[in-house]
Amino acid sequence: MEPQWLLVVSALLFTIGAFGVLWNRGAITILMCVEIMLNASNLAFITFARQFDQAEGQIYAFFIMTLAAAEATIGLAIVIALFRLRESTDVDELNLMKW
Amino acid sequence: MVVLETIGFIVLTTLALTSAIVVVFHRTPIISALALAFNLVAIAGFYLLLNAQFLALLQVIVYAGAIMVLILFVIMLLSISSESGLHKSGAIQRVMAPLLALGCAAAMGFAVYRGSEGARFVVSSTDFGTVRNIGTDLFTTFFYAFEAISLLLVVAMIGAVLLAKRRL
Repeated sequence: MEPQWLLVVSALLFTIGAFGVLWNRGAITILMCVEIMLNASNLAFITFARQFDQAEGQIYAFFIMTLAAAEATIGLAIVIALFRLRESTDVDELNLMKW
Repeated sequence: MVVLETIGFIVLTTLALTSAIVVVFHRTPIISALALAFNLVAIAGFYLLLNAQFLALLQVIVYAGAIMVLILFVIMLLSISSESGLHKSGAIQRVMAPLLALGCAAAMGFAVYRGSEGARFVVSSTDFGTVRNIGTDLFTTFFYAFEAISLLLVVAMIGAVLLAKRRL
């Protein structure tokens, strides 16, 4: 096992996540795809931490994990508020501020 | 040992990539969420392969535990049996999504290819990735960042209550 293989997995996961964010229009699926992207970046951070034998990479991954928790909380709260208003989680219907 | 690592790597890669694809393409949010839990546990396995025991533990507790429960809770609270799926035909996203994903993959593939020259895992010190090692760094070098992140969590909590509550 060499660093580049793990980085390839991380890049593939990030690509799948980015594709999912653009491809889907259900808000909850989009949030889950964002989680995949954050995890892919975490994997790259931890691979680099191991490759250069530096613990800083793991600490950044720790901070990203906390950030993901905050992001999921706020995102899901917005989904609940949205569902109460529109009875759906379709992001295409959120065009009130679109010119 | 090397063979065992390689087998683990292949199994985890298969699990992580398949579950990620299921998350993106399945119409039922519950199944997407369960596939995401699989994905997160597979990534925790990668962390174990990379000597990050503490983060593997955190990954299972925080991600596969707390965040997944939150997502499943919201899906069941709103009782969404199937989400809207992909964008309608003719939407710009139908063209842009594959293009941007391909561009993204190409850019990162190029970066990995250029940076992989002679990349090796060094033999790490024995306490690399332990709770003691991470904790020492967290409470000395990264002390202010640590305090800031706790503030962020408080703000997120208050924001979630404000957003989701019908009337204060």
